[in-house]
Amino acid sequence: MAISVVLPHALTPYSRGSSTLLIDEPCATVADALAAVAARLPALTDRVLTEQGELRRHVNVFVGEESIRFIDGLATTVADGATITIVPAVSGG
Amino acid sequence: MRDDDGNVRRVQASTADELPRLSPQEVLRYSRHLILPNVELAGQRRIKAARVLVVGAGGLGSPVALYLAAAGVGTLGLVDFDIVDVTNLHRQLLHGTKDVGRPKLDSALDRIRDTNPHVHVEPYETRLTSANALQILRDYDLVVDGTDNFATRYLTNDACVLLGKPNVYGSIFRFEGQASVFATADGPCYRCLIPEPPPPGMVPSCAEGGVLGVLPGMIGTIQAAEALKLILGVGDTLAGRLLLVNALTMDFRTMRLRRDPECPACGTRTIKELIDYDEYCGTPGGETHYDRDGVAEITPTELAARLRDGADLDLIDVREPGEWEVARLPGARLVPLGTLAASLATLDSAREIVVMCRSGQRSANAARQLQAAGFRKVRNLAGGILRWSAEVDPTVPRY
Repeated sequence: MAISVVLPHALTPYSRGSSTLLIDEPCATVADALAAVAARLPALTDRVLTEQGELRRHVNVFVGEESIRFIDGLATTVADGATITIVPAVSGG
Repeated sequence: MRDDDGNVRRVQASTADELPRLSPQEVLRYSRHLILPNVELAGQRRIKAARVLVVGAGGLGSPVALYLAAAGVGTLGLVDFDIVDVTNLHRQLLHGTKDVGRPKLDSALDRIRDTNPHVHVEPYETRLTSANALQILRDYDLVVDGTDNFATRYLTNDACVLLGKPNVYGSIFRFEGQASVFATADGPCYRCLIPEPPPPGMVPSCAEGGVLGVLPGMIGTIQAAEALKLILGVGDTLAGRLLLVNALTMDFRTMRLRRDPECPACGTRTIKELIDYDEYCGTPGGETHYDRDGVAEITPTELAARLRDGADLDLIDVREPGEWEVARLPGARLVPLGTLAASLATLDSAREIVVMCRSGQRSANAARQLQAAGFRKVRNLAGGILRWSAEVDPTVPRY
């Protein structure tokens, strides 16, 4: 089973229009999954990670319902079939 | 924030005797609430006793204010300094076509009084700032965040945490929205979700990226429902949860939020007073919008507010002398576009510069020239002097 990465509409310009990416490569952690994404869509991960490879402070990444900030950050493990959801801050009102 | 029955704790602790009574007209008006379990007469009196502050009378603030007014919230504070623009009308239902050019608070007051004359509205025609936020928020039971920029969101959050007021949060972009309840007694705050604002220009605004007109209606009504639940002390609020709404797929997902022990607002409580949120977010004078070429823009109403606040701005008009004779902004100086390159030595790169022309096209060109010459604090007056005349000062002639 693949890992799903769900993207907000704001990031679909960087994913060739896809709102869900399926990662077939074996991934142990969120960092592995994002590396697999970066190999295909480097501009997308630039919006999620800093140049130092850290999670941007205005972006939340959830594995299932839990924010990785409160687990192990990018080292948070992902099980086969997991859903990773990327949620950048939005300010519109 | 729950009582023994599992209900959320009410935002006010008034006893039944202290709650305002309903007039016969109000009893009739709220009859569908009065027969509704969990509201009933006591709950409706709590709603009448409630004081709710809505920050922003735009896309989110419209449904929030309309539904809370219709529900009978006794005192509704409204903060907004903007003018109704025709581009607001596809989503901001507090305002109508006849209101274009009016202050949003004026049209909001008319609309709310028509919706429910029993509601007392307290208007604040100002930008919420570090100087006035605590004073304005202090007398309210809870705050609804309907703002459209990061600086005011952090300001609203920090003020709510400092004052111990629940902050009913909503935010939208394109087809997606978020809602939560922050700053409850033991729940997380906005900073626990977003520890730092994005770098300026990285996250587009609705003005740049667009927004589905009904989306603020969807999120704003959720905020209004959360506010009523907090007032009534019923149900299970979004405190500790982030609701993600996708109108394209019509998915509603709920993520878990936790209070961050390291949060400087609600965790370590190192934030003891309000700061300069424009500087914190890198957006002098509010959220910066960018045109397609990456030129930062300022709207006429933003510029007017900055000038009223005494901001030190270098206003540069790049039109021709003949146009300058017809119409000009007070305090501006003339540097025709053709002479700009030769006039760079007269500009101070440390000062904020606002360039302008008749409609904003030539001045966008000027802004790009200045950026290329190394000026970083340059903004273009969006819509130019024509829009200034339409939205700020009609005594400036349109030509």
